[in-house]
Amino acid sequence: MTKVRAGMTKVVAGMTAALIVAGCASTEARAPKVAAPKPPQDKALLARGEALSALGNCRTCHTRPDGKSYAGGVPFKTAFGTVYSTNITPDVESGIGAWTETDFIRAMREGVDRGGHNLYPVFPYDHFTHVTDEDDRAIYAYLMSRTPVKAPHPHNELVFPVNIRASLGVWKKLYFKPGPHHDDPARSRAYNRGAYLVEGLGHCGGCHTPRNAAGAEEPGRELDGGEAEGWHAYAINARSQAPVPWTEAQMTAYLKHGWQADHGVSRGPMAPVTDELGDVPEEDLRAIATYLVTLMGSHAAQHAPAAAQDTSSEAATIYAGACAQCHDGTQPLPFGGIALPHSIGVSGESPRDLFNVILYGLPAAEGEAAPMMPAFEGAFDDRQLTQLAAWLRVRFSGREPWTEAQLEHELREARRKGGEGARYPAGGNAIDPAKGSSRP
Amino acid sequence: MRPARRDFLRRSGALVVSFALSPAARAQQPGGHDADGLPGSLRVAPFLDSWIRIDAGGAITVCTGKAELGQGIKTALLQVAAEELRVPFERLTIVTADTQATANEGFTAGSTSMQDSGTAIRNAAAQVRELLEAEAARRWNTGVEGVHSDGGFAMGPGGQRAAYGELASGLSLHVQAKPASRFVDPRDYRVVNRPIPRVDIPGKVAGDVAYVHDLRLPGMLHARVVRPPGYGAKLVALDARAVESQPGVVKVVRDGDFVAVVAEREWTAVKAMRALAEMAKWQESTRLPDAASMPRVVLGLKSEDTVIHDKRATVPAGARTFEAAYTRPYQIHGSIGPACAVAHLEEGKLTVWSHTQGVYPDRQAIAELLGMPPAKVRVIHAEGAGCYGHNAADDAAGDAALIASHVPGRPIRVQWMREQEHAWEPFGPAMVAKVRAAMDASGRIVDWDYGVWSNTHSMRPGPAGNLLAGQHAAKAFKPAPPRPLPQPAGGGDRNAIPLYAFPSAHVVHHFIPEMPLRISALRALGAYLNVFAIESFMDELAIAAGADPVEFRLRHLEDARGRDVIQLAASRFGWKPGVRAEGGRGRGFAFARYKNLAAYCAIACEVDVDAESGRARLVRAVAAVDSGQVVNPDGLRNQIEGAILQSASWTLYEAVSFDAARVRSIDWATYPILRFGAVPETVEVHIVDRPGMPFLGSGEAGQGPTGAAIANAVADAVGRRVRDIPLKAARLRSTRG
Amino acid sequence: MKLDVNGQVHDIASEPDTPLLYVLRDELHLNGAKYGCGLGQCGACTVLADGEAIFSCVTPVSALGGRRITTLEGLGTAARPGAVQRAFIEEQAAQCGFCIPGMIVRAEALLRAHPDPTEAQIRTALQPHLCRCGTHMRILKAVRRAAKA
Repeated sequence: MTKVRAGMTKVVAGMTAALIVAGCASTEARAPKVAAPKPPQDKALLARGEALSALGNCRTCHTRPDGKSYAGGVPFKTAFGTVYSTNITPDVESGIGAWTETDFIRAMREGVDRGGHNLYPVFPYDHFTHVTDEDDRAIYAYLMSRTPVKAPHPHNELVFPVNIRASLGVWKKLYFKPGPHHDDPARSRAYNRGAYLVEGLGHCGGCHTPRNAAGAEEPGRELDGGEAEGWHAYAINARSQAPVPWTEAQMTAYLKHGWQADHGVSRGPMAPVTDELGDVPEEDLRAIATYLVTLMGSHAAQHAPAAAQDTSSEAATIYAGACAQCHDGTQPLPFGGIALPHSIGVSGESPRDLFNVILYGLPAAEGEAAPMMPAFEGAFDDRQLTQLAAWLRVRFSGREPWTEAQLEHELREARRKGGEGARYPAGGNAIDPAKGSSRP
Repeated sequence: MRPARRDFLRRSGALVVSFALSPAARAQQPGGHDADGLPGSLRVAPFLDSWIRIDAGGAITVCTGKAELGQGIKTALLQVAAEELRVPFERLTIVTADTQATANEGFTAGSTSMQDSGTAIRNAAAQVRELLEAEAARRWNTGVEGVHSDGGFAMGPGGQRAAYGELASGLSLHVQAKPASRFVDPRDYRVVNRPIPRVDIPGKVAGDVAYVHDLRLPGMLHARVVRPPGYGAKLVALDARAVESQPGVVKVVRDGDFVAVVAEREWTAVKAMRALAEMAKWQESTRLPDAASMPRVVLGLKSEDTVIHDKRATVPAGARTFEAAYTRPYQIHGSIGPACAVAHLEEGKLTVWSHTQGVYPDRQAIAELLGMPPAKVRVIHAEGAGCYGHNAADDAAGDAALIASHVPGRPIRVQWMREQEHAWEPFGPAMVAKVRAAMDASGRIVDWDYGVWSNTHSMRPGPAGNLLAGQHAAKAFKPAPPRPLPQPAGGGDRNAIPLYAFPSAHVVHHFIPEMPLRISALRALGAYLNVFAIESFMDELAIAAGADPVEFRLRHLEDARGRDVIQLAASRFGWKPGVRAEGGRGRGFAFARYKNLAAYCAIACEVDVDAESGRARLVRAVAAVDSGQVVNPDGLRNQIEGAILQSASWTLYEAVSFDAARVRSIDWATYPILRFGAVPETVEVHIVDRPGMPFLGSGEAGQGPTGAAIANAVADAVGRRVRDIPLKAARLRSTRG
Repeated sequence: MKLDVNGQVHDIASEPDTPLLYVLRDELHLNGAKYGCGLGQCGACTVLADGEAIFSCVTPVSALGGRRITTLEGLGTAARPGAVQRAFIEEQAAQCGFCIPGMIVRAEALLRAHPDPTEAQIRTALQPHLCRCGTHMRILKAVRRAAKA
């Protein structure tokens, strides 16, 4: 159950060689064959398990674009080689068909596989440890009710490191805090439910919290903004730079539909997250929104009047010829481009995602209506791109300009690794164009 | 298209244009009564020189009233002519649909080009060769039996040789065709039934002038139309002065609710169009039906019912009855190149270059629109991107003509924008089919009761009111009243009569005159849904009977050629009764004879469905087709492959989105179609060879069978039947919702 | 401004925000790049800028002053087709042919970067391109054939 996505690169890069050996051992471990358990029939339990697995975003990391749901095999390129997510369908040979409920709960709680070997911490058991046994049981029941898919785990292609000193156990000792989530009795039920989901199953911090050199989420900087698949995951706490302050209703709608009229469409690695959230009970999404919006506090809208428009610069001409058609057009969100004064891409703390979106665009969804944007990867050179980003920042955000060094660094990083996380269709959910514009 | 025009004049200048004088030219369409017993389109243009012209230098020109739509018709017709004339393929050139140069063959539609034009050209070519051989015999004073032709020469028994050009110079080809011809024996074919490379492809892959979009006439201006926001919207106010005074803007044309801008440069026109669109105030009043309940809306509209098949027999007692309903939504043609046309009004004569499917009907509509005599209007076909039926091509021609009438003297090029094409083209109509059948204990269908509810499938021009420009102009024309298209080809009821030998069958066409959305002919017309319904239901009945779907079809089919394609597709696919695909995969089969009178096509396919996401993909398809005498086997394969992939896209993904006021699917993000990520692993097309048999139209034969085969495979994969097109992920998800 | 297209430098009179597509078609009379959507959704307008595939319909010409533009016409002619064009002719990989120029140019970019592409690389590269005639199987074959040539 090699959960990979959130901050994957950094996690693996930060891990020592010993972890890799341990990781290999865990995937090598072969349990004795047992008969696949009969699919449980408790419909309510399955429905809850389905919703919870969506809240945990299991499918995204465990499904190849051309593969079966939950059958794993998604490759994640890291500094140490390629790691593949595992098959979590109930296939006995190649999946988790031989796992007992106890095995499953132990993996979620303690980060060990069926044979007791440590799992890569990129499977976010640092969050999943907070999930209740009851919820784990529902997720287990749901996964075991899926169609078994024979899909052997590709061998992780990791470079054998020279020095083996530490072990995964050391890492766990240092950074892994097992144990249940504790409610804050001073807070509302919704807040506590939201906190439980955000910090536990939802593992939002996996992307939205910065990581230290060892690849662990930095204590005390929860949800300050992190990285996922080459994309910046924005701060979703009091440091949020959202140009329009989020309300509970807006965030609930955003999580449910994958877009919101004042905030734009979910894109990059967030798109598959909202895709999975589309069908979970709305009260859970509202609880997440309650918690996050409370964390964000009442940061005032920082709308500054747009700086005087410089229409003669090259960036202005690029905007007029390449961007304005959609971003100043008449078609509303989600299929029209966002009005850039509302864009976190322009007002956020990092220009990384602005570059990612310009370079790689928003790709088409397979057979589903979804917002699209063309990729401009080959069209503009680095100088034009940094100038355009700087111009957009001044023109539309009224925030402190990004420094030249920051622009150059983030563009370089976006070119180096942003393409991977740009493969997801934006919005995530099938959006009916006839109803799209009327949603919140 | 200066070069093209010059080419054309060079080719046709020396030739006598005589078809217009022929008595039968009055007829608008081929396929009518066959008083003289003439085959194919010889009925509408019975003189040989309407089809084949030979100048003194020996240059041979083939003329057809049909148009190249990307189906390869130029190449196929040249093959037929070269074969029967016994000249090398490369020696021939072809002139296609042009009201001043070719026969009036109506529309290039309905997979009829080979049956109509191919048959005419084949006969004309054979008869021209006979005339040339007779002329040679006369000169050599020998019997005609001793003369034969090869390589563009007539050859005599004593080794005499005479070039066609030389023989033709002393001969008039303005001769009435005979009903029968002396054809080349199919066993001696050298050009026909060969995969001759298409004549148009090299130029297209090199960027030559190939499409109407590429025409650049001297002094040409660029126009863009400002379409209303929705059907029936009325222009309330538009102050165009600011736009009109912009540099490079030549004129803002306002003619009733028709607004367009004409500019020296294309980008200027685009920007001016957007500025005008923002300034224009429209009054919208149209209420479109609820898209989500379309099937119910369709069934609720008033219909005119016709029993099109009535063969009653007593249904034996004890038969089990089954019923089901199948639906399709509005779908678009979705040409990759939005419509374009060039029009030039000069000295009272209007010339229009258009990718219309019917130059003569389009001329009729434009003449009516502008109040001009048809003789003063010339419509020349110039290729567009693939149209797949009646799309916006004619509308763009009407737009260009109307704008040209406001800006005489300079050629006007109108290019539709993507969102205009998506929102304003006439869609393939939403339809519903209901079927009830009774099956006896032995698994034989003993009664069949079928009804299909549909609009017409043709609102083509002819009448000016069928053009958007005609509807929006100040002197507005009303669309012509819709009519059902007659059997046996049919419209909404195309392929509604089952080909299977049921002892008792009853089929009703519920024709719906009211058209809430603008519709017209989309490839295969009603056959797409009718075959989808019949072949899905056959599958459901086969399952109910515990029979293999292929065997079940054969059990009910007497038509030998139909049986052949079914057996060929099944065997090449490796279809094995009782064997089920594994791991979310499913197999499906379907069959139809297009229009019950054109090509036979059977398709077996395999799909992959991901139960959790509901995402279905076509993985593999194997088709077998019988088109009668094949002219170009590679062209035929290309057509069937294309039909399979296009129909897969229709079937899996496509539906027009609209709310109460407007069409909302206006680009490829809001109306997604098949992309390479979901393209099958393999597609095979196998051809049943039928030497010497009549040509059977094939361009649309694959649409229906593909849709049904996919639906059957999806049902096989997920164990649940989806009867509503498209088979979108949301409809296939296993447990959600 | 000056623009290098197919190895020739042209003086361009169009306004700076004009998408390259209109400059190529209307000013330079090149037909290869097609208007399909004007939104970068269909790929019919694809050309190369310094060997990289770009959508000419959404790229303002002024941004391309320093770049070498290659259009379909720069790859060969009907009489002397380039390797990719020849592969498309040999596979008869066209029906209406309108989308094909963009596909050929995209394949050219792919094969320059990956002379021996995998099937997945070919399909991924062509993902931004739409074909409505359903010629996909032949297009894939043509790209494979060009890779082998």
